[in-house]
Amino acid sequence: MTELLRVEGIHKRYGKEEVLRGVSFRMERGETKVIIGPSGTGKSTLLRCINLLTFPDQGQVFLEGHEVTHHKANINHLRASMGFVFQDFNLFAHLTALSNVSIGLLKVKGMRKEQGRARALAELERVGLADKANAFPAQLSGGQQQRVSIARALAMDPKLILFDEPTSALDPELIGEVLSVMIELAKEGMTMLAVTHEMGFARSVADSIIFMESGVIAEEGTPQALFTSPKHPRTGQFLRKITELYGEMGG
Amino acid sequence: MLLRAFLINLEVLVALLGVGLVAGTLIAILQVYAGRLIGYLAFLFEWVFRAIPALILLLLFYFGPPRFGFDISPFLAATLALGFRSAAYQSQIFRGAIQAIPTGQMLAARSVGMSRARAVVTIILPQAFRLSIPGWSNEFSGVTKDTTLAYAVGLNEVLRAARVVMDRQYNLAMLAYLTVALLFLALTYAGNWGLGLLEKKTRIPGLEMKGIGGENR
Amino acid sequence: MTFKFKWEWLPQLVRGLGLSLEVTAICVLIGIALGLLLAFGRLYGRRWLSWPCRIYIEFFRATPLLVQLLMVYYGFPSWGISLSPFVSGILAFGLNTAAYQAEYFRGAIQAVRPGQTLAARSLGMTLPQTVRYVILPQAVRLVIPPWSNELILMLKYSSILYMVTLPDIMGEAKKLAAKHFNSFDVYVVVALFYLALVLVVTLGLRAVEKRLHIPGLGAPGEHR
Repeated sequence: MTELLRVEGIHKRYGKEEVLRGVSFRMERGETKVIIGPSGTGKSTLLRCINLLTFPDQGQVFLEGHEVTHHKANINHLRASMGFVFQDFNLFAHLTALSNVSIGLLKVKGMRKEQGRARALAELERVGLADKANAFPAQLSGGQQQRVSIARALAMDPKLILFDEPTSALDPELIGEVLSVMIELAKEGMTMLAVTHEMGFARSVADSIIFMESGVIAEEGTPQALFTSPKHPRTGQFLRKITELYGEMGG
Repeated sequence: MLLRAFLINLEVLVALLGVGLVAGTLIAILQVYAGRLIGYLAFLFEWVFRAIPALILLLLFYFGPPRFGFDISPFLAATLALGFRSAAYQSQIFRGAIQAIPTGQMLAARSVGMSRARAVVTIILPQAFRLSIPGWSNEFSGVTKDTTLAYAVGLNEVLRAARVVMDRQYNLAMLAYLTVALLFLALTYAGNWGLGLLEKKTRIPGLEMKGIGGENR
Repeated sequence: MTFKFKWEWLPQLVRGLGLSLEVTAICVLIGIALGLLLAFGRLYGRRWLSWPCRIYIEFFRATPLLVQLLMVYYGFPSWGISLSPFVSGILAFGLNTAAYQAEYFRGAIQAVRPGQTLAARSLGMTLPQTVRYVILPQAVRLVIPPWSNELILMLKYSSILYMVTLPDIMGEAKKLAAKHFNSFDVYVVVALFYLALVLVVTLGLRAVEKRLHIPGLGAPGEHR
């Protein structure tokens, strides 16, 4: 079975508002899936329910057949095998880029210092930032910080990486460098689930796209299907609006 | 009886805050608008009155005048010593507030034809005072506690009264001091509440600043 | 109007100063330990823990230190517990500074951005690991400015200890004043001692802060 991730019937309520009303989907190994939709439809919340940064009120998540949401599950262990890239990067402000990438290896995976540092350096090189190893986050641009945070996620050898609007907090000229890294990862076969507004990326790299609205999945399908002949009326509306706003990226 | 003595503390408090307010505003204005030399002197004043412990300032003000031939009452010594000390802290608060006002305000006032002095009084200060309220309440609650130091120079204030109670009935000592503590608790809360009200009443949308901490026990 | 200063005052005053410093140091340490406990209790404890912590902190911050000192020195004996000036001083000051430090620690911990915790957890770190490797290192740097303030404040307020007959610098000063019928001049010297002390400690703390500094990690908008 190549199914890597299965999400079933996720419900989440904040106070009176039900943000997720029963979301289910599957992901295969090596698949790149993109979630799009209007703001506030619970996309970020959904991602956080997958690695349990937020606890769903109802529903289950399965990673390679193991139930993540089970009350006896070893959450830390499972989180270590899922990477998460935040919109605000969330690099550890008191550590250098290198230490940011290596800390998970040293403290969570228990690697020895030399090994951890070597691996961290390799990951930084992979995202093109080996020369910034000793810089602190405050000394890096937004794009660089985000690339370091991707390196941090990669170092843990995750089975799946979750991206929560990775480029939304970046200045336009910095978005490209982060998307390049993500495109490379997709080509290399990493399983990726990304919430993003970058339509060019979605169209050219995604294996499938989910359009979410009002807490449910309104439509799911290949990029061609959604972009050229969307089934749901709102899908078409949204895609038109957002493509106007953000412009198309060459694929 | 404790309450009556507590009133003395309140009197000192009001008096010293008055001194502090007037002197503090003056110093703040001097520091921001007067020349370099005066600014430097003001800074020196501030530093001396903040670095020397409050108690010692009190003792200096109490024993100083007699040394030079003047008499001074504990009340006056306490008011002046703590008042000038408060002025040093208050001037910091006011200075911060004045500097937080956009420079455009002064420019606008001058371009309407106001003299510098007039501009300061009618335009800058009203805004500065509103901005100062949070920092000032901090200073307020700090200074109320310092009035107890006057005990050291023999002022007939609440701690002295507590001592009298204790001398008469030893086993009431803890109760007496606890009562004093609660009196101050009440005063602090009442003061903060009142100042909070003042802040709300005088609030102007768009005119805000982060508060500055105080330094009293 | 001549200033009648005698060099022989110095050794006595310095001895007293030593005691002042000793007391301050001990109660600052108590303050750190107890303050951390209170801060954690207030932040992470359940209601039965966070409420008492809160009440403790409010009480010790809203009431004068002198009153607290006298409560310990005179009040406790009236309940049957008799304490020496030294112990009373340390106890009262320790309890007092713990309350203030607790607030500073709490502020610093809360100032660490929540995203830091999220990132740490998403890497698979446990809560203790997160606190140890991510939150505390940052909180320590954030707490230095207000904490330095606290240290200096404690040094200055140690001057009131003579009121419970502790032979610190003020206690010695009082003896000298009585002996030479000259309060003012003695106190001027003491004032100078304090000025020098505050200066030295301030510079020292500033050096420590520089050493620990990390670009981009600073307390938001302040430093007195």
